[in-house]
Amino acid sequence: MIEIQHISKQFGKFQVLKDVNLTCAPGQCIALIGPNGCGKTTLIKSILGMVIPTSGIILFNGKNIASDYHYRHQIGYMPQKGRYPDNMTIGQVIDMIKDIRNTKSELDEQLIDAFRLNDIMDKKMMNLSGGTTQKVSASLAFLFNPDVLILDEPTAGLDPLAAEILKEKIITENKKGKLIFITSHLLSELDDLVTDVVLMQEGDIRFHMSTSLLKEQTNTTSLAKAITYLLKRDHVQ
Amino acid sequence: MFNKIQKFILFDILKNRIVIAYTLLLAVLAWSVFSLEDDSNKGVLTLLNIVLLTTPLVSIIFTTIYLYNSAEFIELLLSQPVRRSKIWAGLFLGLFFSLALSFLIGAGIPILLFVPGKTAFILLVMGILITAIFVSLGSLCTILARDKARGIGIAILLWLYFSLLFDGLVLFLLFQFADYPIEKAMVGVSALNPIDLARIFIILQLDVSAMLGYTGAIFKDFFGMGFGAIIGFLLLCMWVIIPFLISLRKFVKKDL
Repeated sequence: MIEIQHISKQFGKFQVLKDVNLTCAPGQCIALIGPNGCGKTTLIKSILGMVIPTSGIILFNGKNIASDYHYRHQIGYMPQKGRYPDNMTIGQVIDMIKDIRNTKSELDEQLIDAFRLNDIMDKKMMNLSGGTTQKVSASLAFLFNPDVLILDEPTAGLDPLAAEILKEKIITENKKGKLIFITSHLLSELDDLVTDVVLMQEGDIRFHMSTSLLKEQTNTTSLAKAITYLLKRDHVQ
Repeated sequence: MFNKIQKFILFDILKNRIVIAYTLLLAVLAWSVFSLEDDSNKGVLTLLNIVLLTTPLVSIIFTTIYLYNSAEFIELLLSQPVRRSKIWAGLFLGLFFSLALSFLIGAGIPILLFVPGKTAFILLVMGILITAIFVSLGSLCTILARDKARGIGIAILLWLYFSLLFDGLVLFLLFQFADYPIEKAMVGVSALNPIDLARIFIILQLDVSAMLGYTGAIFKDFFGMGFGAIIGFLLLCMWVIIPFLISLRKFVKKDL
């Protein structure tokens, strides 16, 4: 569904992505992990067309994304830190994005209901707490039933109840055959969500394999243990 | 889609406290100027100086700060299926319409009430053009500097340059080359500063241009005629279009 071919990105002298290749299929739930500054966000932003790679191409359903912005109809994005025009209310922000998207397909308002946003639709964005803003971001990402969901640190800042609601939602959507990208530093949280792991280091993809295979190879039971095992083994070598 | 972004930005800004304060400030200044002066021509001159100082300052600083504060929101818009140029044009037009509207409400109403026809019209057009020019320059500042503090610094310097430093430089040149016939060259030099262009336009409307001396006569000769006025107007439009197009080109290729 998404094919990343030989993507490199340079910011000045600093090379953030080095010849990255990645192929993703529908139904995968991919955890994108790696240390700070390894290029995770740059990779995500390249897929979204916010960062324009120095070289290489990204194909979405076989089409190069550089020439066409319509592919973003099929992407829902939840940023790490959402910020919206201060004086708009939650309802206005949702209406605005609906208006901009202008989709005819059915809307998925399940998260809006689950987060009880309907009760606070008239609150201004500037008066919302960080967690509530994240709830709005999450609701917007899922609202248009996109085929691909890109979630940047989705549960950071959410209360445990809301985080659980969001996780359930991610699992349901994934089961429907949607492709989901998650970046997170909380490995334990990803355990029951993801089907695949992509580990990035210094702008390069170290490996991309399914969670079951990873656990089998490292002989561990949880994702966190498997990754630490791998990193430690590298360190020793 | 183009209209949608601009519409939402407009509604957001119109509720902004700074813009409301700016509208009130203009209204208070304009009403008091016209109430104090018996001669509406004198009133126009006083108001002109106030408008040419505050409108550029508020437009450029507000635009710069608003765009920096909208960084995350611009990211969200970029993740939607919208062309990049539409987002930037929407932001620009939203800012321009809201600031122009507060100028029209704040200064426009008293001007229309106290000043006779043609002068009022030119004063309003100039106010709107100056707003557009400095919104455009503010957009350029934001795109040139990634760092917020530096961007606002550039914006303040630009305002300082156009409102104060430029006139100082021109005065300096005038004294240095006083022995040469530079009156015609001054017409060209004035094109380098939109604030001066707007000022000349309005002063020439008021029949006080005699006070400008021989240079004023040359100005009157050039800008007072149909052809010169059109050139002056086009120059002001270029001051809107060129900075905006540069910022647009950069925005389309920018990494966010």
